[in-house]
Amino acid sequence: MIQILLWAPLAAGLAACAVPRAASGWVALVGPLISLALAIAVVVQFHPSGGLQHTVDESWIPTLGVRYQLGVDGISLFLVLLTAVLWFAATLWSAINLPERPRTWFLMFGLAETAVLGAFLAQDLILFVLFFDLMLIPFYFLFGSWGAEHPGRPEEGEGPIRPQPAVIKMIVYTLVGSLLMLVGAIATGVLAADGGPVDFSIQHLAANPLGSGSQYWIFWFFAAAFLVKMPAFPLHGWMPDAYRVAPLPALAIFSGVLSKVGAYGFLRIVLPIFPAATTHFQEVILLIAVTSILYGSVMAFSQSSARLIAGYSSVAQLGFITLGIFSLRADGADGAVLQMVNHGLVVAPLLLIVVVLAARAGGDDITRMGGLAMRAPVLAAMFLIVTMALLAIPGSSNFVGEFYILNGIFQAKIVYAFVAAIGIALAAYYALRLYQQAMHNRKPEGIESREVGLLRGMVIAGLVACIVALALWPGLILDRADHSVGTQLPSAQQTSTQVAER
Amino acid sequence: MSFNAPHVDYAGLSPVIALTAGLCIVLLVGLLPRLGRFRMAGLTIAVLAATAGLAIWQWGSNEDLVAGALRLDAFGLAVTLIACLAAAIAVLFSIREPAAEEAGHGAFYTLLLGSVLGMTLIAQAQNLIAFFVALELLSIPLYVLSASARREERSLESGLKYLIIGSIGSATLLYGFALLYGASGSTDFSGIARALGPGGNGNDTLVLIGTAMVATGLAFKTSLAPFHQWTPDVYQGAPTPITAFMAVATKAAAFIALARLFEVALGPIAHDWKPALAALAVASIAIGNVGALSQDSMKRLMGYSGIAQAGYMLAGVVVATETGLKALVFYLAAYTLMNLAVFAVVLARERETDRGDDIEALAGIGGSRPLLAWPLTIGMLALAGLPGTSGFMGKLFLIEATVDGDYTWLGVVIVAGTMVSLAYYLRVVAAVWMRPEPTATPAMPAIAGASPDAPGDARSEQVAGTTNPVAGAGGSATSTKGTGRCPLIAGSALLCGAATVVFGVAPSPLIDWASHAASSLATTLG
Repeated sequence: MIQILLWAPLAAGLAACAVPRAASGWVALVGPLISLALAIAVVVQFHPSGGLQHTVDESWIPTLGVRYQLGVDGISLFLVLLTAVLWFAATLWSAINLPERPRTWFLMFGLAETAVLGAFLAQDLILFVLFFDLMLIPFYFLFGSWGAEHPGRPEEGEGPIRPQPAVIKMIVYTLVGSLLMLVGAIATGVLAADGGPVDFSIQHLAANPLGSGSQYWIFWFFAAAFLVKMPAFPLHGWMPDAYRVAPLPALAIFSGVLSKVGAYGFLRIVLPIFPAATTHFQEVILLIAVTSILYGSVMAFSQSSARLIAGYSSVAQLGFITLGIFSLRADGADGAVLQMVNHGLVVAPLLLIVVVLAARAGGDDITRMGGLAMRAPVLAAMFLIVTMALLAIPGSSNFVGEFYILNGIFQAKIVYAFVAAIGIALAAYYALRLYQQAMHNRKPEGIESREVGLLRGMVIAGLVACIVALALWPGLILDRADHSVGTQLPSAQQTSTQVAER
Repeated sequence: MSFNAPHVDYAGLSPVIALTAGLCIVLLVGLLPRLGRFRMAGLTIAVLAATAGLAIWQWGSNEDLVAGALRLDAFGLAVTLIACLAAAIAVLFSIREPAAEEAGHGAFYTLLLGSVLGMTLIAQAQNLIAFFVALELLSIPLYVLSASARREERSLESGLKYLIIGSIGSATLLYGFALLYGASGSTDFSGIARALGPGGNGNDTLVLIGTAMVATGLAFKTSLAPFHQWTPDVYQGAPTPITAFMAVATKAAAFIALARLFEVALGPIAHDWKPALAALAVASIAIGNVGALSQDSMKRLMGYSGIAQAGYMLAGVVVATETGLKALVFYLAAYTLMNLAVFAVVLARERETDRGDDIEALAGIGGSRPLLAWPLTIGMLALAGLPGTSGFMGKLFLIEATVDGDYTWLGVVIVAGTMVSLAYYLRVVAAVWMRPEPTATPAMPAIAGASPDAPGDARSEQVAGTTNPVAGAGGSATSTKGTGRCPLIAGSALLCGAATVVFGVAPSPLIDWASHAASSLATTLG
């Protein structure tokens, strides 16, 4: 079943290449639909305390010790569901208004979903790296071929941004990280085997940790890959350009899901396999996380491009998630898992709404928007819910997530909790500023306020419904994640107590 | 007193015999008047197929031939197979090649077969004399073939340059051989190994200088930096089918020969040459990747990329382990397929447009010629080592070998080189998919109705000739013939591209093949 879940999008994408252009979108939609149905089925069947479930384990490249191992546990469960939901929404969105060269577009969409699902499902380190790198190929084409030139920030002397340089920058940044991770992964497997048969299974590697000397340098190879992907503060250089040129339905899933793969990687791979290094470098990563929160928030409220506000707010939000993971406590990590899903569900509709607004205002510059709520009450209402979720108002699921994260970090490293709390206040500021400037105020000349189309509105409404549902029932995720998160942490906890005793 | 006639193992020599006989037949048949070029090509491919078949038949045998001058093992036969594949595809490329027309198809193919024969022999040679003779047999036809487009100054220049630099390389190599012979008193690999082994004179200055000169000589052939300067010029000047053949087959033969020479004959002093070869590998990776960044000619770009790739492959020799050799053979095979896919597309576009091998000739073919665009994209992504292609598996294998052989830092250098290489590989991919096709003629009004959706329109109408604005105005169904499209070239591009993806998803058959080949050499290492 998990196999179909993984490969259906790619198969549908290939099938879409074989049908006439007008029908390609609906054919391609079958894949994400199947994946979504199966993902829901997996969630329903999931046993909260059952560990790894729906496992597949087959020999793939015996000479190199690489196995084709898949499985779902409490950490990946809802990320898989999130991926399926967002991809379904984005594919539906592009099926409603077809882009140019739709067949290649949908092929890349399908390939991207398969790669992302593969990264969440993989239980073999090399397989994970493979899917992790594979994700880049479709997004390279999606951003590069369908991206549009962005005017940039002329007031700051920044010229227009063209898609190709932006996307090459993105690829080089991300691959620098992930290729080093490939070396790190191979080194982990070979060193752990110690002359015996090499086994890259994550569980096997977690059970046989390396010496702390090797862990220290390999840790950074992995950390670099994940921090670039998120992106975290000093490594975010590719983000502003890529976010501004990207075609929006693709950006919605990119921002909603791919940034989570980095955070997921920390939880799935770094914590269990490199426990000694994790404890050793905890403070460094926490520092990066806090800096990301502050930098992302400050940048988010000083930008005028709606895409950049979303992008920088992601930097800040991912900072929170990292903070939760590296609190190395179960409550912090639980909150991080919940927050990953929350943020994906918030940022995707936010970006889709930005498309709609940009179509009204002729650009994504919020200083030139205004008064758009006047004749679009439904759009305004949906946007308001998304905004409230983004700033984590009490009652929203984001509030629960951030509360857990802060609770965890408060008990682990109290200083960081105080600094991070500032980030929450800033979030309220930039989220409300975005909403106000776009929807309220006086309507400038030449901007038309009109309601969102029915089909597009339904896509956004579906995602907003997910936000509301999760706000009412965050325990859905927390209950199922808790056990799996617990199994990831003990080794890290154990060594940290050992270090403390020394 | 009885006289024993020397025992000749005809079965073991059969691939060599088939090639030699086929070479003579092709040369003589080529003299016949009015024999179509398709028949000549067919005959040549038949010879290559017979050779490959015999090599597969002998696969798995492991014995000395010709009084120990040659060693028949899977490691050497792997080169025979790679060279036969590359030569067969080069023959397909050459059917309409003007250079082959001028030289005469018979002579052209004979030279090609001669080079394949040299490759087969050098990969099996385990004697310094046989090694050198095979090297010359491999090289001399290539000097001629590079210059075979006689009306093009660039081709002549390329041939001359290759001849001079190749001769310097050969001379250096020969001098090194003489020193090695002087130090060890033997021309046999096993004899040299014995002389250098425990209790031998492994630290003799003569040996070290000899080894250095041998390494230099072979570095010329494998286009390793800093002995690479000829590569981009020769690649650019030679007729494209020959460039494609040189890029893959010469590299495979030279690398296998180098591995056998260093790991069998010079195995006992591995600790001396490992750091030196590692330095060569680093230099090649750095110079090749940086050099490729600013190239606009696809053939020059592939030349520099070949230098960098040679650096990656040398890592497999440097570690001097069985895993390293396995990785080397696997990478060579994978590299052959992906490189041929790229060259096929470059050649096809050279024929279709008047922009030669410039990167401009590839611009916008994603919309107009998807059947060419996909193999090129796959080839480029594979060369860059992205997952889903055999290039990723090759890098994975090589890096695992470096980590396994305590050369982790070299693995990191490979990865660093790969990052730089993305800039130029992706530039080509970007040209293919993200730029409009430059219009060759100002005949736009004629197809004004068709042009808006031409880039958006991929598969179904590509046969109908929307690509060629000139032909698009006229009869669209018949236009495919006149535009110089070669289904054979596009077909081989597709085949190589598909194989690259297949071995990227299910690499086990190729890995098993490479492992078998590599472990057959390790048995002689003892």
